[in-house]
Amino acid sequence: MDDVAIYAYQIGLSFAIFILISLGLAVIFGMMRVINLAQGEFLMLGAYFCTLITKAGVDLWISFFLAALAVGVFGMIVERVMIRYLYGRILDTLLATWGLSLFLVGGVTTIFGPQSESVAATLGQVTVGAFGISLYNLVVIAFALALLLGTYALWRYTRFGLVVRGTMQNPAMAAALGVNTGLVYTLTFGFGSAITGLAGAVLAPIVGAAPPMGVFFIGKAFITVISAGHLPLLGTISASGLYGVIDGVVAYISSSVIGEMTVLFVAIILLRLLPLGITGRMRRGI
Amino acid sequence: MSDEIILETRGLEKRFGGVRAIADVSFKLRRGELRCLIGPNGAGKSTFFKMLTAQLKPTSGQILFESKEITRLEAHEIGRRGIGIKNQVPDVYDGLSVRENIWLAASVRARPTLARAKVDEVMARLELEPLADRLVGELAHGQRQWVEFGMVTAREPKVILLDEPTAGMSAEETSRTAALIREANKLATIVVVEHDMQFIRQIARTVTVFHQGAILAEDTMENIQKNQTVKDVYLGKSGRA
Amino acid sequence: MALRIVGLSPPSQPPRAWWWGFAALFAAFLLTMPIYFDIAVLFSVTNYLVLALLALSMSFLWGYGGMLSFGQTAFFGLGGYTYAVMALNLHETTGAMIVAIVLPMLFAAVLGYFMIYGRISDIYFSVITLVVTLILEKGIRATSGDQYVVGSVRLNGQNGIPTTPALQVPWNPKVQLEIDDVFYLAAILLVLTYVGLRLLLITRFGRILVSIRDNERRSALLGYDTRRYKLLAFVIAAGVAGLGGAMWGVWGNFVGPNMFNLGQAAQVVIWVIVGGKSTLIGPIGGTIAVQYLTDWLGTQGVGQVSLVLGIVLMVMVMLFQQGLLPSVGLIAAMARDALSGARRHRAPP
Ligand SMILES: Nc1ncnc2c1ncn2[C@@H]1O[C@H](COP(=O)(O)OP(=O)(O)OP(=O)(O)O)[C@@H](O)[C@H]1O
Ligand SMILES: [Mg+2]
Repeated sequence: MDDVAIYAYQIGLSFAIFILISLGLAVIFGMMRVINLAQGEFLMLGAYFCTLITKAGVDLWISFFLAALAVGVFGMIVERVMIRYLYGRILDTLLATWGLSLFLVGGVTTIFGPQSESVAATLGQVTVGAFGISLYNLVVIAFALALLLGTYALWRYTRFGLVVRGTMQNPAMAAALGVNTGLVYTLTFGFGSAITGLAGAVLAPIVGAAPPMGVFFIGKAFITVISAGHLPLLGTISASGLYGVIDGVVAYISSSVIGEMTVLFVAIILLRLLPLGITGRMRRGI
Repeated sequence: MSDEIILETRGLEKRFGGVRAIADVSFKLRRGELRCLIGPNGAGKSTFFKMLTAQLKPTSGQILFESKEITRLEAHEIGRRGIGIKNQVPDVYDGLSVRENIWLAASVRARPTLARAKVDEVMARLELEPLADRLVGELAHGQRQWVEFGMVTAREPKVILLDEPTAGMSAEETSRTAALIREANKLATIVVVEHDMQFIRQIARTVTVFHQGAILAEDTMENIQKNQTVKDVYLGKSGRA
Repeated sequence: MALRIVGLSPPSQPPRAWWWGFAALFAAFLLTMPIYFDIAVLFSVTNYLVLALLALSMSFLWGYGGMLSFGQTAFFGLGGYTYAVMALNLHETTGAMIVAIVLPMLFAAVLGYFMIYGRISDIYFSVITLVVTLILEKGIRATSGDQYVVGSVRLNGQNGIPTTPALQVPWNPKVQLEIDDVFYLAAILLVLTYVGLRLLLITRFGRILVSIRDNERRSALLGYDTRRYKLLAFVIAAGVAGLGGAMWGVWGNFVGPNMFNLGQAAQVVIWVIVGGKSTLIGPIGGTIAVQYLTDWLGTQGVGQVSLVLGIVLMVMVMLFQQGLLPSVGLIAAMARDALSGARRHRAPP
C-alpha cells in the first residue's frame, strides 16, 4: 500500500513538473507558434527573482507572484523589441531567441556568479510508511494543477481568452473586427512568460536557481509541447501525463538521465507514428 | 482517343473539419482525352486535383490509375507512375535557373544525355531559351506559368492536371497556352481547371461541372452552355460566367 | 539572391576555372603556413581548421539541404568519443578514425529515419536535433562512475577522456603525428572536404537536394522521393561532423562533454551565419573569424563569452539576414551598381 502511495506521489510530482515547465511554452509555442528557445531562461529568471525577493525579506508565497509579474513584464518587453519583428520567420525566431538565451545565461552568470542560489521552503514532511515526503512537493503538485485549471478557465471562459484564441487563428479577421492584435500578441506572450516565471519560482525551493538551469528543463518542455500537437492545453496535459509517468517510473528505478533519455526515445517513436502530435486528429478543444 | 479508362475515382470524399469539400465524386477519364473542369469558386476543383496527386489524403473513396489503386501512394510515387500537376499557385523553384527547373523535371526518368536533350526540346517549344539562365523567381507571372508548364510536360506524364493555367495571362498569352495544351494533348491525357469560358471553348470537348464538392453535370461544351442548372449555379450563386 | 550579388555561381552549376584556382590557392596558402608561423600559432590554427569541418557539415546541411540541425555538435562529440574509445581499446588509430566517421553516420541514419520519414516539419527537425544533443550531453556527463566503461576505457563523465591518443601513420603505426603533422592533415582534410562537398552539389544528387530546399513539394510531385535525399544529406553531414570530432580529439588529445554542448552548437550556427550559408567557403571564413574573436575575448577577461555570443547571434539574425560576409558583398555590389549607373548616365545617349 505504501509502495502504491509512493509511486503515485512520484508520478504525480513528475507530471506536475512536466506541466509547470511546459505550460508557458504551450502558450507561446503551442498557441502563438513562436518558438522561444529562451524559455528555459525565463524559468531561470523566475527562480532568480524568487530567491532575490525572498532574500529581501518578502514572504515566499508573495515572492512567487512578484517573480511571475517580473518575468511577465520582461516577456512583454522581449516581444516588443524582438519577437514582434520576427513573426512568420520561424527559423529566425528560433535563432534570435537562442541568442537571447545565451545572453541571459551569460548575463546572469556575470551578475550573480555561476554558483547556485537557494531558497528554503520549510513546510516539513509527512511520513508514508518508511518514506518521508516533503510537504512542499505536494504544494508543487497543487500549484501545477491550479495553474492548469486557471489557464484553462482563462482561455475558455473569459472574453480575453476568446479574443486571444480568435486572434491566433485568424489575425486578419480579428483586426478587421477591431481587435488590437499587436496588443493581444504582447499580452499573450507576457502571459506565457509570466506562468513560466511562476513555474521557475515554484521550482526554486526544490532545485534552486542557477544559470544553467534553463538548459536542464528546455528539452523536456519542447518534447512535451511538440508531442502535444495543435491543441496546446489538452495536448500538453496528455503529453505531460504520458511523459510524467515514464519519467517518474524510470527515473525512480534507475536515474534521472535514463528517465529523460527514455522520454526522448518514446517521443521520437511517437512522432514517427503521429507526426501531428497526440491531438493531431482531434478537431475541437483548446 | 481510346475507350480505355486511364484515371478513375470511386466515391471520393474529403472533409476539412466539418466542411465537405469533395462529396462522393465518381469520375472517369479516358486515355487521350482533353477534359475541362469548371465550377464556381470553392466548388472543390483544386481539392480534387490535390487528392489525385496525394497532396491531400482522401477521407474516403478510391482513386485508380491505369486500373491500379493509387489512393494510398505517396506524392512521389504518383509522380513516377505518370501523373503530373500544375497547382493553382505557381509551384516552381524560384531560386534556380529556368534551365535547371526544366532539367530537374526531365531527369526524373531520363538518363543524363536524354534529359539534356529533353531540356533543349522543351525550352525551344516554350521559347524559353532567352531566359535559360535567369532565376525563375525573377520572371514575370506569365513566364513562370510557362516554366511550370514546361516542367510538367518535360517529364512526359501520361496524365497532366492543370489548375487554372491561364490565370493572370493576357489574351495573347492565353491563346498561346491553349495551343500548347492542344499540342501536349497529342501525347498525354489532360484535365484543365478553368474559369475562362472563352478559353474552354477553344480547347475542350467534354466539360465536367463541379458544384459544392460534387459533379453537377458532364457533357459537351455546347450542351453545358444550354444547361439551365449550370447557368443557375454560375449566375445565381457566384455571378461569374 | 545574395548568390547573384556576390558574384558566385548558383550552387549546382559546375565550378568555373577561377574556382579551381581559388581552391588551389587556398590549399597552397594553408600548406605553406608552417613557413611563416611558429608552432603555437599552428596549434591554434589547427583548431580552427578542425572546427571549420564542423561548420562545413552544418552549412552543407542547412545552406543546401535546407535542414537546420542542432545535432551537428552531437555527431562531432560522438565522433570524438568514438575515436578516443576505439583508439584506446584497439591501440590502433586508423580503424578508430574510420569508426569515428561511420558511427555518427549510423546514428544519423536511425535518428534521421524517424524524423525525416515521419515528415515532421523543418522546425520540429531543428528542435528535436537540439533536444537529442542536450540529452546526449547530459548522458555523457552522467558517466562518471566506475560502471561506465567501454572495453577498457572509462568515460569519466564531466572530466572527459584526457588520454585520447595521437594519430599514427596508417602504414607505420610506430610513428605518431606531431603538432605540425596534425596541422597538415587538418588542412588537407578541410580542403578535400570542401572540394568534395562542392563537387557533390553538382551531381544529380546535389542538384536534387538543392531543389528540395527550394521547393520540396515540387520535387515530390515530379517524382523524387525527397525523404531519401534528405536522409542521405543528413547522414553525409554527420560523417563530416564525426570526422571533425575525431580530428578535434587528435588535435587536443582530449575529448569531453563540452563537445556536445549547446554553447558549442550555438557557435557552429554563428560561424555559419556570419559566413553566410549560401556558400561553403563563407562558413570556413566565419569559423576562423569568430573563433579568433572568442579566443581573443577569452584572453581579454571579458568573462562570459556566451554573453557576447548571444548578442552576436541576436544582432546577426535581426540585422544581417544574409550573413556578415555576404552582407558586405551586397553593400559592395550596390556601391558598384551605383557607380556604374552613374557612369552610364554620363555617357551620351
Ligand atoms: N486546407 C484546407 N482547409 C480547410 N478547408 C479547405 C482547405 N482547402 C480547401 N478548403 C475548402 O474546400 C472547399 C473547396 O476548395 P477548393 O480550393 O478545392 O475550391 P476550387 O473549386 O478550387 O475554388 P477556386 O475556383 O476558387 O480555386 C472550399 O470551401 C475551401 O474553403
Ligand atoms: Mg482552385
